[in-house]
Amino acid sequence: MSRLPEAVEALLEAALVAEFTVLDGRNRPVVHPMLPLYVGDGRIYLTSSVLFSRKLFHIRRNPRVALSITDPVAAPVARWGAVTIQGEATIDDADPHSGWLWLLPAWARKEPDIPRLVKNRWMLPLFWERVVIAITPRRIFHWPPGGTGEPVVYDLSEGG
Amino acid sequence: MSQPAMREILSEAQRRTAEHPFAVLVWVDEAGYPMHRPGPFEVEEDGIRLRISDEPLPPDGAPVAVILSRIRPRPQGGYEGRRYWTFHGSAHRRADGVAVRPHRVSGWREDERPFLALCEGAVPQAQRYFAFLSRIHGRPIRPRLPLAGLLLRATRAPFLTATVIPVLLGAAVAFYEGSFSLPWLVLTLAAAALVHLGLNVCNDIFDALSGADAVNPSPTPFSGGSRVIQYGLLGIREMALLCAALYGGGALLGLLMVIFRAGVPLLVLGASGLLLSIAYTAPPLRLAYRGLGELAVALGFGPLMTIGAYTVQTGRIGWSPLIASVPVALLIALVLYVNEVPDRAGDAAAGKRTLAVRLSGRWRARIYGIGVAAAYLFVGIAVILRWMPPWAVAVGVTLPMAVSVGRSLARFAEQPYALIPAMATQIRLHLYAGLLLAASYLVSRWLGPGGS
Repeated sequence: MSRLPEAVEALLEAALVAEFTVLDGRNRPVVHPMLPLYVGDGRIYLTSSVLFSRKLFHIRRNPRVALSITDPVAAPVARWGAVTIQGEATIDDADPHSGWLWLLPAWARKEPDIPRLVKNRWMLPLFWERVVIAITPRRIFHWPPGGTGEPVVYDLSEGG
Repeated sequence: MSQPAMREILSEAQRRTAEHPFAVLVWVDEAGYPMHRPGPFEVEEDGIRLRISDEPLPPDGAPVAVILSRIRPRPQGGYEGRRYWTFHGSAHRRADGVAVRPHRVSGWREDERPFLALCEGAVPQAQRYFAFLSRIHGRPIRPRLPLAGLLLRATRAPFLTATVIPVLLGAAVAFYEGSFSLPWLVLTLAAAALVHLGLNVCNDIFDALSGADAVNPSPTPFSGGSRVIQYGLLGIREMALLCAALYGGGALLGLLMVIFRAGVPLLVLGASGLLLSIAYTAPPLRLAYRGLGELAVALGFGPLMTIGAYTVQTGRIGWSPLIASVPVALLIALVLYVNEVPDRAGDAAAGKRTLAVRLSGRWRARIYGIGVAAAYLFVGIAVILRWMPPWAVAVGVTLPMAVSVGRSLARFAEQPYALIPAMATQIRLHLYAGLLLAASYLVSRWLGPGGS
């Protein structure tokens, strides 16, 4: 998987919150604030607790999703601009207990307290049963810092 | 949603996101993908206008959503006061941007619905998802915890302070009177702890069977049970086995102490305590459902345990441990009472007539005030009458904690999660007061002659 543009990778590596949209059964957008994780393989990863699993049913029905990073407090938007990423999502839910733990180092880089909370997962057990959502980007829209006009568009689909 | 209600929400969203430069416009593009377009925005009287005019934009009249959010990470981790709104409406393209007049709003405000409440409300969704996973993967998939964490949660072991204090107190009174054996103290602690943990598990089983825990909308880390059954971590059969093992272990150790140490008096005390703990929620007595739970807890974690520990140390029953146990009994009953306040909606729905369910309004805080005042007054009177050593007045240093809990009860009785600090404080109050009381007997023994 090819790497993403530098500004997009920088945003994904630093952002503490992103808007994540799935489409429900009536093709209506349903938006969730989520923490994006990036490990450098060109895909964007999210982990969703089974408590908030409605979005997982939506993804199974329609894998087309979008993710944007726009919050200047929770992301370095002032330096790298804002971004919207469209793509397809897949779900890894064979082992909600430990199947997502390989993302813990990436999560801990953004929230250093997370390993301690996971160690005490008995306090909030269902929250820590999590499913991995992997987004393969197809198109990226990048607005440079301070820009709100037409974005730079990267087409990552095959043949694009 | 009515327009006035929508305007109020828009006005609040505008205030809360004043420092946030972007709203995010969301729609489904021609290729069938969701599309996000961030842009500066203004909240107008009946909608939101994003000041964007360059493509990509939604077609005029297309159904759209507008996201406003305020999610602020804390430097030490976690987030503060999270809130986000999704306004649903249609796009109207104008020369000055895209206007959206919303007809529906959804989202989350953490100050209105704390994160714990959000998680608890989503438990049925998690159960549905586990059932779905088990179906599609062709094998049972359920939530898990490491064994140590599972036992910690299922037995609610962190609440063992309720047992440690009366046992230490009984041994301290015995020490004051010239009798002490560390090995028997350890055995007493172990037996009492096992019975206490058995009570906790038994309580969970019968609250699950009655539905009290399932309908509780606001469990906290201190109330609402362990929730291991509701979360699917353990089934009722597994909990029953655990309960039997804990009670069996406690009874076995108790029997050893009866045979080799304290005889019939301890047998009577131990059997009474065991039966009381079972009767707390088990039929036919179900004391907690009849408004007698607080009394049962006061008796069990007060006189029964204190006198029992004293009897193991001295081989006899006496008035001195009974007197020492009174303030501790009152304070542990108040721990239960304060923890019952957030549970009262679920308890009432399940027919569990706790004191918190039966009281209303100001009396919830007043009863706490009366109970805690009685505990401190008893110590004062007992010291004056020389029923307790003079150093017992040291428990007075915990008075500010009691005041804090009382104020929280008066202020937050209708906000379960705002009571969490008060619940923790009441537990610490019982712990510190009990330790100070026990210490007063030890200090008095070291400094002067013993005897009651």
